[in-house]
This record gives sequence, C-alpha cells and structure tokens, in this order.
Amino acid sequence: MPALVKQTAFYALVAIIVLFSVFPFYYAIITSFKTGNSLFTISYLPTSFSLANYVSVIEAGSFTRNLLNSVIVSSLVVMLSLLIAITASFALARVRFRGRSLLLLTILSVSMFPQIAVLAGLFEVIRLLGLYNTLWGLIFSYTIFTLPFTVWVLTTFMRDLPVEIEEAAIVDGATPWVIITKVFLPLMWPAMVTTGLLAFIAAWNEFLFALTFTSSTETRTVPVIIALLTGNSAHEVPWGAIMAASVIVTVPLVVLVLIFQRKIISGLTAGGVKG
Amino acid sequence: MTTIRLKELRKSFGNFDVIKGVNLEINPCEFMVFVGPSGCGKSTLLRLISGLEDITSGTLSFDDKVVNSLTPSQRGIAMVFQSYALYPHMTVYDNMAFGLKLAKGGADEIRKRVNEAAEMLQITEYLDRLPKQLSGGQRQRVAIGRAIVRDPKVFLFDEPLSNLDAALRVATRLEIAKLHAKMHETTMIYVTHDQVEAMTLADRICVLRDGNVEQVGTPLELYEKPQSTFVAGFIGSPKMNFLTGKFAEAYKADTLGVRPEHLQIVEKAGRWQGKLLLSENLGSESYLYIDIGAQEPLVVRQDGTARHQPGEALHVSPINDNVHRFDKAGKPA
Repeated sequence: MPALVKQTAFYALVAIIVLFSVFPFYYAIITSFKTGNSLFTISYLPTSFSLANYVSVIEAGSFTRNLLNSVIVSSLVVMLSLLIAITASFALARVRFRGRSLLLLTILSVSMFPQIAVLAGLFEVIRLLGLYNTLWGLIFSYTIFTLPFTVWVLTTFMRDLPVEIEEAAIVDGATPWVIITKVFLPLMWPAMVTTGLLAFIAAWNEFLFALTFTSSTETRTVPVIIALLTGNSAHEVPWGAIMAASVIVTVPLVVLVLIFQRKIISGLTAGGVKG
Repeated sequence: MTTIRLKELRKSFGNFDVIKGVNLEINPCEFMVFVGPSGCGKSTLLRLISGLEDITSGTLSFDDKVVNSLTPSQRGIAMVFQSYALYPHMTVYDNMAFGLKLAKGGADEIRKRVNEAAEMLQITEYLDRLPKQLSGGQRQRVAIGRAIVRDPKVFLFDEPLSNLDAALRVATRLEIAKLHAKMHETTMIYVTHDQVEAMTLADRICVLRDGNVEQVGTPLELYEKPQSTFVAGFIGSPKMNFLTGKFAEAYKADTLGVRPEHLQIVEKAGRWQGKLLLSENLGSESYLYIDIGAQEPLVVRQDGTARHQPGEALHVSPINDNVHRFDKAGKPA
C-alpha cells in the first residue's frame, strides 16, 4: 500500500511539473490559431484553427529580416564564444601559471554583474567602437556575457580529460593548437554542445541589450520586435500576432535541443585510458 | 644507437626534491630498467628524459648533444604509458599514424610503416577499431605500435604492464623482450616497480631510492653482489632474509643477508634451528617460515612440496655458506 501511495504521489508531482512548465507554451500555441473576438474568450482546448496570424506576422514589416538577424547573432555568438572559451579553458585547465585560480574566479565574478549595471558603460564602448545599431554590437556584448559561463564549464570539463592523452600527443609532436583541435575538441563534443546550446538560447532570448544597442527596425532581433508589435490603433494589442511570433521564435530552440540531445553522449572518452 | 648521459640531474617540485643529482650513462641499444619502490623518483626520471617534465638543473645529453630544452619529439623519443593513453576518438590505424601525419610523412610511407608495426604486433585485424572495442592487452599493443611507427632513437616505457592481469602481463613481457631483440638499434628505458620484470627484461638495472641511484648493474650483478641491504632486499623473490645481533656477529657482520633459495633443511647440526611456523606450497616449490629467534621468521625455499608440519623443529644451514655480509651503514662488509 505505501508503495502505491508513493508511486501515485511521484507521478502526480511529475504531472504538476510538466503541466506547470508546458502550459504557457501550449496556451500560446492555441491562442496563435485564434482570430477576432475568440482571442478574448478563455478556453483550454483548441476551439478554432486559422493560420491568419502567422501569415500576417510573416508578411507584415520586417519579421523575416529580424528572424534572420537573430539567427546570425546567436550563431556567431555561439561560434565566437566557443572558440575563445576552448582556447582559454586549455590554458586555465592545463597550463600552470601564476594567478590561475584568481583569474578563474575573476571570470566567474564577471558573470555576476546584472546586465543593467553595465548597460551604460557598454553602450559607450559600443558607440566608441562604432558598433551602435549594428549586429556586431549585439554579437560583441552577448559574447561578453556568455563567455564566463562557457569558459567555466569547459575548463571544468577539460580538467577531467586524462593528462596522459595530452602527453601522448606531445610525444607525438603535437603543438598546443593541434592538441586542442585534433585531440581535445573531438572529446569535448558533449560539453561543447551543452554550453553552445545554452549560449545560443541566451543570445536568442536576450532583450535589454538588443533594445538598447539597436535603433532601426532592420537591425532589431526578434524578442524586441515582438515586444514592439503594434496593432491598428494604439489601444489594440495584437495578441494573435504576438503569440504567432512567439511560437515561430520558440520552435527553432525546441528543434535544436531535440537534435543535439542525441549528440550529448556521455562516455566519449571511454577506451582511451585504462578502464 | 643513442648514448644517454645524465649528469647531476635534479628535479624539484617547489621545495621538494624528487631527483637529487643523478649521474648515469645508458649505453647505445641497451635495455635499461629503472626499478625502485613507489615514490623513489623512477617515473620522474623517465619523464625528465622524455622531456615531459622540465629539468631543474644538470644536463641530459643524447649522443653528446645536450637536449635539456628540446621537446619530446625533437629528442626523437617514443613513450608507452601505463594507462595506454590512446586517442579515444581515433581508430587504431589513426592512433598509430597520428605522429607521422604531424611529422608530415608521405601517405604511402605512413601506411607502410603502420602496417609493418601492426603486423609485428599482430593487431592488423583491429586497425579499423576504436580503442574502446579492444581488450586491455590489445590496447597496450596499440600503444606500443604507436611508439614503434615513429622509429624512435629512444624508446621509453612507463610501467606498461601494471594495468594488465597476471597472465597477460607475462605474455606482454615476452612481446617486449622480442621487440627489444628486433629493434636492436634502439635504446630502451623501462620503468617498473616489479623486480621480476626488471630481472627478465633488463640488460642493466638501475635501482633508485629516494631520488638517488642506489646501484647500477646487470641483473645477475645485482643479484649476486648487491652493494647495499636495500638492493639486496629489493632484488630477488621471495625477499632476502636479514639477520642481526648474534646471528650476524657469528659472521663478523652487522647485518647478515641470506636468500631463501640459498638455505636448506638439514638433518642435524644445522647452523640455526627453530620451529616451523607455516609452509606455503606452490607445487613446484615451497616456502618454509621458521622461527629461529630472530626478529622475523627465516624464509627457506625448497624444491617441490614441503613435507614438514607446522610446529616441527628443523635445522637450517646456508648452502656453501652463500651469505651476504653488510656493515652498520648497510654496505657490503
């Protein structure tokens, strides 16, 4: 009997958590298929199906351009921060030098600053570099904010790679760059995929910098554009269009996670050293 | 055909001296074994020679050329690690070819050398497999193969058999002995804590203790003429018996060493007598532990099965007075 109770309680809890996390997205999806007045009636089951909202979002204005902006910015942020992070983590994990742990802690503490605290300063830097209202300004600022996390995670991961493998590569005549690219990189795919995905999501969803560092519609990213969507009059909030846009924006993330989930395989280093 | 010279070689980690001024000359084409208890610095010494560890002071030269500041690949060494250290994501073929590819060898040349090495080690059929699809013994052979293809001047082994089970260890030991016979132009250095490996493989053995060289010599020299109680106790299995006090005084020594195989049970009037505590029968031979009133029981090796019962009083004598006399400092007297 107690086993049954335990099991029921467990699955009830699972159901609550799933409901809690999936419901907002579910509600966005069913709302995006509604039009007209039915938008304002509350129903928890799909009542109507119309793609009108999607059509209007895609056709109206610059949404596809903004979507492309988001893809470009997020992808470049991922590539740039992984490239910098993997070289930095090699140094932090494998090269003995003075002040190494202090440097690691500093890197971690950088990620503790709230965005709003550095906003004004960063704005000046971006203006100074001539990056204001360009995608490069966003790429630059997002990379700054994703790097501490990626460096930290990759450093921890790289520390756990067997030293002997690196030494074998040194004996084989490999330079640090060859060790990183030919030996460590293939072993670090799981960590790279995980951190890369998180960096992508962070860049994809970022709002404050995107709003501040861009001014024209052509350089905006999707989160800002969605927030700035307006209806026919100032008093009309275009819920249907906003929901459709949100769904369009969320789907790539879900797809990405599903694709890479299969790639996140543990035990990739199995067989290289004893055991 | 490389002569390796170590001159006053030192290594410290912070304030801790690991290698305390080692002088040693390793002859061309020699199979030199570094042996000693854990923490004696044998692995560190090997790593200094390999170039994986920086030399604190002293000079290391290959053929009269100082190599202190050269990288491992510039020194022309190859190394086999205890944990195999294969690249997990590469096939056996790629593992073996990696160094050659980095050295920008021609594709045909690489294929030829990898195939030759694979044939020599009988791993040709595994060339397409990943390390995780191989057994421990096969992995170690791949690691050896990876070292062979580079055609090194100096071949280093860092306890290559420690991770293998007993039967495989003997088989792989034989492989290494064969390898040494085949690669007769290569100087080899082998680190182990197992004195059986040292005795069977070595041309010469270097016994290390606390970062110093205790004795260098052929296996038989070390066995027959140990220059200290440390070497005497380390070489030979089971360990040499050490007797002090009145037992040693009778031989005008401070410490008397007798190997178990140099003792025999006699009918009467033996040099020592005592009660049999325990006997270990291995079938081909047996070990008798006899309490003669010394600090430790005396171990006697006998051919075949022991026919004595625990508690029996026995007489023991050294065969032909084959004993080692040591003075207070543990040196031969």
